[in-house]
Amino acid sequence: MRFEITYNTLQRAYGPLIVVEKVRNAAYNEIVRIRLENGEEKLGQVLDTTDTYAVVQVFGATEGINIKTTSVTFLGETYKAGVGTDMLGKVFNGQGKPIGSEKVAFDEKRDINGMPINPNARAWPSEAIETGISAIDGLNTLLRGQKLPLFSGAGLPHNLLAAQITRQASVKGKEQEFTVIFAGIGITYDDAAFFMKEIRKSGAADRTVMFLNLASDPSIERILTPRLALTEAEYLAFEQNMHVLVILDDMTQYAETLREISSAREEVPGRRGYPGYMYTDLASIYERAGVIRNKKGSITQLNVVTMPGDDVTHPIPDLTGYITEGQIFLSRELANKGIYPPIQVLSSLSRLMNNGIGEGKTREDHKNVADQLYGAYARAQEVRDISTIIGKEALSEDERLYLDFGDMFENRFIRQGLYEARTFEQTLDIGWDLLSTLPETELTRIKQEFINKYYRKKANE
Amino acid sequence: MGKIERITGPLVVAKEMLGSSMYDVVKVGELGLIGEIIQLRGDRAIVQVYEDTSGIRPGEPVKSLGMPLSVELGPGIVGKIFDGLQRPLEEIEKKTGAFIARGVNILSLDRKAKWKFVPIAKKGSEVKEGEAIGYVDETKLVRHYILVPYGLGGKIESIKEGSYTITEPIATIKKADGKEASISMMQTRPVRRPAKVRRRIDITEPLITGQRVIDTFFPVGKGGTAAIPGPFGSGKTVTQHQLAKWSDANIIVYCGAGERGNEMAEVLTEFPELKDPRTNEPLMSRTVLIANTSNMPVAAREASIFTSVAIAEYFRDMGYSVAVMADSTSRWAEAMREISTRLEEMPGEEGYPAYLPRRLAEFYERAGKVETLSGKVGAVTIIGAVSPPGGDLTEPVTQGTLKIVKTFWSLDAALASSRHFPAINWLNSYSLYLDMLEPWYKEKIGEEWLRNREEALKLLQQEADLRDIVQLVGEEALPNQQRIVLEIGKMLREDFLRQNAYDDIDTYTSLNKQNLMLSTMLHFAKKGMEATEKGVPTEQIIGTNCRHEIARMKEVKESEIVEAAKKINEEIEKEISELIRKQEQTLQAAASQR
Repeated sequence: MRFEITYNTLQRAYGPLIVVEKVRNAAYNEIVRIRLENGEEKLGQVLDTTDTYAVVQVFGATEGINIKTTSVTFLGETYKAGVGTDMLGKVFNGQGKPIGSEKVAFDEKRDINGMPINPNARAWPSEAIETGISAIDGLNTLLRGQKLPLFSGAGLPHNLLAAQITRQASVKGKEQEFTVIFAGIGITYDDAAFFMKEIRKSGAADRTVMFLNLASDPSIERILTPRLALTEAEYLAFEQNMHVLVILDDMTQYAETLREISSAREEVPGRRGYPGYMYTDLASIYERAGVIRNKKGSITQLNVVTMPGDDVTHPIPDLTGYITEGQIFLSRELANKGIYPPIQVLSSLSRLMNNGIGEGKTREDHKNVADQLYGAYARAQEVRDISTIIGKEALSEDERLYLDFGDMFENRFIRQGLYEARTFEQTLDIGWDLLSTLPETELTRIKQEFINKYYRKKANE
Repeated sequence: MGKIERITGPLVVAKEMLGSSMYDVVKVGELGLIGEIIQLRGDRAIVQVYEDTSGIRPGEPVKSLGMPLSVELGPGIVGKIFDGLQRPLEEIEKKTGAFIARGVNILSLDRKAKWKFVPIAKKGSEVKEGEAIGYVDETKLVRHYILVPYGLGGKIESIKEGSYTITEPIATIKKADGKEASISMMQTRPVRRPAKVRRRIDITEPLITGQRVIDTFFPVGKGGTAAIPGPFGSGKTVTQHQLAKWSDANIIVYCGAGERGNEMAEVLTEFPELKDPRTNEPLMSRTVLIANTSNMPVAAREASIFTSVAIAEYFRDMGYSVAVMADSTSRWAEAMREISTRLEEMPGEEGYPAYLPRRLAEFYERAGKVETLSGKVGAVTIIGAVSPPGGDLTEPVTQGTLKIVKTFWSLDAALASSRHFPAINWLNSYSLYLDMLEPWYKEKIGEEWLRNREEALKLLQQEADLRDIVQLVGEEALPNQQRIVLEIGKMLREDFLRQNAYDDIDTYTSLNKQNLMLSTMLHFAKKGMEATEKGVPTEQIIGTNCRHEIARMKEVKESEIVEAAKKINEEIEKEISELIRKQEQTLQAAASQR
């Protein structure tokens, strides 16, 4: 049942919202077309509906909206967007319109809110993605179907890292390459241009769809952009059997928009003014990652979250961390030391890692090595703290070994080139190089059989 | 039949609803979405809708079903996965595919499956409500007793063994008023009302979880409550999974409220494979899963907690020990906050409704050890994960929870980041069940159990104090008497408290093995300190083979641990006495040279 009704009964406009009176029975989340006097059109969505009025959230600037002359047409359906394989290789704006004059043929139209994946239909992710980056592959392995954000800060190289992962990501023993969906949410033109350039350079352009809402574009659109990207991702993954890597950059901008709408609606604010339903709302985006039993494709999410003031307890990274399956944490301290990628492994985590590594998957010793490297690097950090107080000279011999280990770990294991892709084997071998500088008795987290096999005894022993 | 007047998110205002009651279930709109009346104002009912309301319009019908939100109880529950309203997710998948569509109308329990019913009660015997009249062996682990539904009772007129569906009559009884009533294997109970019991009784035994830091240091009693708050990444979910896997309860109800879909996939993949250590049967054979993941409708998340507890009570009433794992109660509280905000209620702390503490209490108070209506003893243990924003334990949900629960497992971000798992901080966690459990430990494990626990905690506290000093002056600056304490603390932390959930052997430790491990470590501690007093350098003490063997104790199989512990303890005696002897010799030699 689809019918369009046009009203000229705009009664109020405030922030991104308008109230239309004398509306009878608009559907919740129904899409409306707002037509200005000069012929300009905008889209909006019903947030609150009664048998007498409806509150509509306007996607785009509310400039030019006029109580007397603006008309509002209720389109009789919820927000649907075109999806299809023809979108590959093309660039769209934050509302899903193609940029440029290219014609796009859609396979079908889908509600951008999607539907929740039935937990019973999910397959537990188990295939490790080789990103070629040791700090991720070795200690925070990303799996197909996982959602893993990059927790970053202003000025940190999250875009470089996201681009490098996009270029290098592959799955051992699998031929099919990733299809990439990039959603720029409130990012700068420069960042968007950088991504386009990198993707073109890597030859992935033909299997990439880009949705760009730039910093200069209307902020309310940001509500749509990630959903458009994920709707297309679900179609490609679960109808077209593709393995899709979705990059949502930057989710902090998305959350800011959520707050803007909430405050315009005069809702009771939660922590730091963000709405109480932000967890649920973010989950409706992040949970659209996964693998489904009996379907070939998958959706993996790599989302950028810039932490305001580098504060991980800020509601945006905090709620994100509660939903995603771990996080890759970028550290200003490492970046200042000139280390790329500046991944602080102690604060990073991949919750699904254990199901994707080990014998027959990556290598038998992977988990033990990862645990021991974590432990040793954590110990190295402690020793660093002590040595700044009591001086290097006062350290015990063991402590000095750990101090050196810490430096080597940062410079040989974490640090790598922008175009350097390491295999799992290479990453683990570097790990053993480093662990072999410690006495064998220190390796309490490694099984004896692996020590016998991989530990490099010093020549003089 | 009413009409929708207003829709905002999961909240619908319906008019012309006079005659419906609070908490009645309603069907909303043409799609027949399920909702629940949460407020009445004149002829208007405010309904929280358990499904996405997109596309629903004012003017569409609202129909009250005239009964409160209820669960269906009977054979066919165990081993299944349901959503927050007890809709079977497997059946929904068959009907709508991998994605959950709205307005699916599926009954909770399978009406076609036949179960073999075996009577216990005989013709002519008197039965009362809550009494078992027979059973079905639902899985190898669960004998599902068929209880006389509430409000029924009388003399059994007929009862017959055989295969029945859950709605077919299995018995008829003659009530006191002379009327006959038939009993089937299925009954329903409202989820928000606690089940009837004869009386609450004292907690006397621990829930054995196989997790050393929990069983040895901070146990929860069967019928007790525990909370496990911690920032993200600190291992709440892994701990909850471990408890669901290894706890010695008869039935586990695992409720994923507002959490990750992949976690439920993990449970669904692992549990059918994993074997219960006591019976060697698949863990799924005693597990009920309630999954309302974070992207599923928020109001159903609010209900999911009560659905879980109502199912748990039902099995408790058969005389079982049931454990409910709720992950996470914070998401449940947030669901309440979201609904409250939409109702424009006056907010309490951090926007949560003022009735949050009451709701938390109502939930946890449904735990307990009880004498059932039929005189059996059953228990519901509730373990709730809490996800405090930013790891801040002063926030309302954590505070409201800590006021009620008696066991507190404090997850620590610092421990988690050094990969010490389970990241339960031993210095500020607590259990208030120790006094109640003391006689049990003395009888079943040994006199030394609680003494060892106390001694180990004392050493760990000393170690923590010393580590603060080490931060300032370095380890080298400490005297040997203190360095040995540091080493013992390290041993307790790394070789006892830390436990690897992903290691086949380490994932579960019996109480007996825990006791042997800790006794051995404390034996080493005692001897080590003795040697230190005699002047033996710390390096020599920790360089002994027995110290190395202690570190490997967690890898020893249950069947070999008694032997291994005996050997290690002998070695401790031998090696350290030897060190002391040598030290004395050296001292004597030095003295005689002088």
